[in-house]
Amino acid sequence: MSAEVATSLGVTEKFGTLWHKYKGENHETALLLLILALLGVIAIVEPSALNMTFVGDIIRSGIVTLAMALGLLLVIISGGMDVSFPAIAIFSGYATITLMNSRGIDGAIWPFLVAAFIGLLLGSLNALFVARYRMETLIASLGTQVIIRGVLLAFIGSVYISTLPSQLDAIGGTSIMRLGNSPVNVLVVPVIVLAFLLSWMLKHTMFGRSIYAVGGDRESARRVGIRVPSVQVRIYLLAGLLAGFAGMVHVVLSRHASPFELVGTELNVIAAVVIGGALDSGGRGSVKGTIYGVVLISLVQNSLVRLGISSYWHILVVGLVVLVGVAIQAQAASREAKATRILESTEVAS
Amino acid sequence: MYALQARGITKTYGGVKALTRVDLDVRAGEVLCLAGANGSGKSTLIKIISGVETADNGRIDIGGEVVGTPSVADSIKHGVQVIYQDMSLFPNLTVAENIAMSARVKNRSRVVRKKDARALAESVVQRLDLRLDLDEKVENISVADRQLVAICRALALEVKVLFMDEPTTALTWREIDSLKGVVDQLKLDGVGIVFVSHKTEEVFMMSDRITVLRNGEVVKSGESSSFTPQTLVEALLGYLPSDDRQLSSRSTDATVPSLEVSGIGRDGIFDDVSFHVGQGEIVGLTGLLGSGRSEIAEAIFGKLPIDTGEIRVAGEPHEIRSVVDGIDAGIAYVPEDRLTQGVILEQSIESNIVAASLDKVSNFGGVVDRKAVSAAARSVIRDFGIKTDDATNPVKSLSGGNQQRVVLGKWMSTDPKVLILNGPTVGVDAGSKAVILDILRATAEQGAGILMISDDVPELASVCHRVLFVRRGRLDGELDINEVSQERIRERLAQ
Repeated sequence: MSAEVATSLGVTEKFGTLWHKYKGENHETALLLLILALLGVIAIVEPSALNMTFVGDIIRSGIVTLAMALGLLLVIISGGMDVSFPAIAIFSGYATITLMNSRGIDGAIWPFLVAAFIGLLLGSLNALFVARYRMETLIASLGTQVIIRGVLLAFIGSVYISTLPSQLDAIGGTSIMRLGNSPVNVLVVPVIVLAFLLSWMLKHTMFGRSIYAVGGDRESARRVGIRVPSVQVRIYLLAGLLAGFAGMVHVVLSRHASPFELVGTELNVIAAVVIGGALDSGGRGSVKGTIYGVVLISLVQNSLVRLGISSYWHILVVGLVVLVGVAIQAQAASREAKATRILESTEVAS
Repeated sequence: MYALQARGITKTYGGVKALTRVDLDVRAGEVLCLAGANGSGKSTLIKIISGVETADNGRIDIGGEVVGTPSVADSIKHGVQVIYQDMSLFPNLTVAENIAMSARVKNRSRVVRKKDARALAESVVQRLDLRLDLDEKVENISVADRQLVAICRALALEVKVLFMDEPTTALTWREIDSLKGVVDQLKLDGVGIVFVSHKTEEVFMMSDRITVLRNGEVVKSGESSSFTPQTLVEALLGYLPSDDRQLSSRSTDATVPSLEVSGIGRDGIFDDVSFHVGQGEIVGLTGLLGSGRSEIAEAIFGKLPIDTGEIRVAGEPHEIRSVVDGIDAGIAYVPEDRLTQGVILEQSIESNIVAASLDKVSNFGGVVDRKAVSAAARSVIRDFGIKTDDATNPVKSLSGGNQQRVVLGKWMSTDPKVLILNGPTVGVDAGSKAVILDILRATAEQGAGILMISDDVPELASVCHRVLFVRRGRLDGELDINEVSQERIRERLAQ
């Protein structure tokens, strides 16, 4: 019987097996192909646009998105959703600058740590609502987002700060290399290091695996003895910390601090994470996929600029890309579910 | 020597007593069967011992140590493992990682390695002499394999007391045999095993002692040899239901059949299947798990459309390409896995009951009439004996047998011409089973044709006019109205 099956395997099945092997845990390969296809289109339409400057631009515009996406990724893998991270990010960055200015102190590295710490404190708000009061994660973060913004504007400040303390500002002007005409800022390094750390953590620590377990089935996680609230608290603290750090990266890279920025970018970040294979039902997603997602979104935005398309079109196009990306992921997931329809234990019947 | 002793366990949910001063003794090296009808408190008791729920009162000793009221971690630390009825696996993780998960939690590992998880899983799978693809995700494996994964996970740790909550529901006989081998080995190792099952045959095959729960109290406890199948069922229910062959009276054969299928097939799954179900007739469709019996049923309903052949409902040919086509043709289907396919757990009982017959409770403009919904729900709740005091409660507040009745009620409300049931009494106790079979007889008497997929021999013999056998995707013989009996069905299945 099995021999019959083997010979009747058609080309599609063979491709299917090959694909199954290389598609990656969360269909990252499909995403990579999509990115390559997009590059192909640009190469045909506007070959002169494909140069190192273009690569540099993508890195620069993607770096803050990636920093925020890393924290969100944890939340989404655990089966939650968070929209408060841009508010946490800008609060942390702006508050740190305000603090430095009011005290007249300067520094290059410690402000990032302070911002991360503020982020962690704000993240504890989400942790409290989600783990202690068992609120729906999206609703909890919608609430905290508004509170955090409100506190920022009412108590910390609402003015645009045009110059940063000089040592900090110097970081914003330091690049590790130039790609074409585009300088690559030194802050790329810590963000990439964080990405690697997080990827390692998700794969090789009990905390990381617990996040997947909680996202896969929370009740099952409880039943094997995983303390779900404790995992959730750590997720939201870490997500807050990463958002705080991302906020500072944003402020330093843009070389000014405005309390009105970042808010509104959450959809881009959510899109990057979801396109990267982290379905909102939880339990899946990876740092690799998220990086691809960020690259894809950043690529689309930058190529629109290169192709001379009006910025009014950008939102529409990004929206379409998000829709297509998410649709591909959802399709793949449902196709996989269908593919499991096999006759159970046929060997018993024979 | 007791592996576990529970004393005076009491648990109340919002004023309703789930358990009243329950004592449970599990000796090392024995199999104790914890028997009880749906809603008798078995699952609650298991959850309290495993630490998932906390008792209001009572004390638990494990392996001679006083544990009191354990948390999940305490209970695992003391060697209690539970194979839950729903298996409680992680669909998004690999088989190996699922098996290794409880060991990782117990060892308080911080850094974990894939290689270690795989090695642990491999050793367990080998010890139990099973075949599982360790690198496949659990969501991609069959239900029977998931059951095996759950068993492996429980045995990956050193276990002193093992609870198995209906572990055989999804297993084939061959796998149940190998499970029996595992259980025997564990007994030799001095593990106390608590086995929960509805199947009386299995209870007697597996257990040394039996403890019976009814309405949250222990009503009888003793050596298995002191029970007979009759006294066990009587202890479970408080009365003795009959499973004698009792057929609904059929209308004459001259009428058009409710369902006729001729030469239907679907590539690689089943082929050339022809049969008919008369009006008022109940036809059993049986075969081993994986024989294609469920797929044939799903094909007729439109979930898994056919490639070849023809389906006629009440004499009319119907092209059934989807579930909507199936419903339009007058077919109702009660799926095997009622929890994931049959009901929406979070929604109210009444919403579930009217979900398939919304057009009947809506007015001309398509607006749902709340009063009609309540009335329809009330009549189903009464006719089907669903135990609830409020139809607006979510379905998940009901016990398994009552959920099954909700699913049946939902489809009966559509007044189907053909009713297809897949394992209608899987996981329900003897009392609910008798009620469900009575409902089927009554439905048949009203003229519907019923196709019942089942591997429960007493149930097939009790209610079916005819029984068809499926083997490797083809029909392989039939027993007619004069031939159906438990012995004849067993004989044919064993061939």
